[in-house]
Amino acid sequence: MKIKINGKHEEIGKKLNLAELILEKRLCAEHIVVEHNLRIVPEKEWAEVSLHELDNIEIVSFVGGG
Amino acid sequence: MQDTLKISGKDITNRLFIGTGKFSSYEVMKRALEASKAEVATVALRRVDTTSMQENILDYIPKRCNVMINTSGARNAEEAVRIARLAKAAGSGNWIKIEVVKDNKYLLPDNIETLRATEVLAKEGFVVFPYMSPDLSIARRMLEAGAAAVMPLGSPIGTNRGLRTKELVEILVKELSIPVIVDAGLGRPSDACVCMELGCAAVLVNTAIAVSPDPVGYAVAFSKAVEAGRSAYIAGIPCGKDPEPSSPLTGFLRNEK
Repeated sequence: MKIKINGKHEEIGKKLNLAELILEKRLCAEHIVVEHNLRIVPEKEWAEVSLHELDNIEIVSFVGGG
Repeated sequence: MQDTLKISGKDITNRLFIGTGKFSSYEVMKRALEASKAEVATVALRRVDTTSMQENILDYIPKRCNVMINTSGARNAEEAVRIARLAKAAGSGNWIKIEVVKDNKYLLPDNIETLRATEVLAKEGFVVFPYMSPDLSIARRMLEAGAAAVMPLGSPIGTNRGLRTKELVEILVKELSIPVIVDAGLGRPSDACVCMELGCAAVLVNTAIAVSPDPVGYAVAFSKAVEAGRSAYIAGIPCGKDPEPSSPLTGFLRNEK
């Protein structure tokens, strides 16, 4: 299954939900915000969002900036 | 009575705001924020690198600091609004510096898109700080739209050229009822001091401090200059025009005719 993560297409082997994807990417939940098809998904709902072909995921965090 | 800048219920005593970009490390940035006793720090939001673990910059920002999220990277109002909502969802609070830049050559802000984003975000309850070119009519519209302050540029971002927009910033200070915070381009502590002498409420400095050979020392120097300029503004700056002696000219060794 192909999904888009931060603008790049990625092939994921099995059916995942958002929580599983974040775990697989070894990202720290406290530091990130996740948008699924332009909707901001709170952490507590990650496990309820299953991913589908061509879904668009944005994962952002804070960096230095003026 | 202590001189504080009140923004959205917060009392800010240090009027030097510091941007956190371009520091050689988060540790150096942290030391600069601590040493200068900054109370407001800006951060930006970016896509994570999903291939490597990253440190969280917020862990390096002293608890005393109010975090202001910068929408840098936004090219229009919609993107700025999207970034602001993401930042809020990340639990960083609701202070948003709206920075909308389409122009990659001069990095000048798009005042119209910035105004549109200000209108939307202020309605949603954000505390909005629009970064803008110093234009009085647009600044008035920002105020009407609910901006907490306006942030006119001193000179283009990252140039360290100082307050090249002095005449225009002065007009904003005189005419607006909300704080004017000069942002971008300030290179020397004396630049910041001039802004404060003019009556600006605060300044935001990033590049000059971050790229200084000694960011910690330079941040402290800026902090002192901001304090000096503010004290001068409060005391009142005498502006004589004709030469006038500061010592008596009569009664010394000769008879006056």
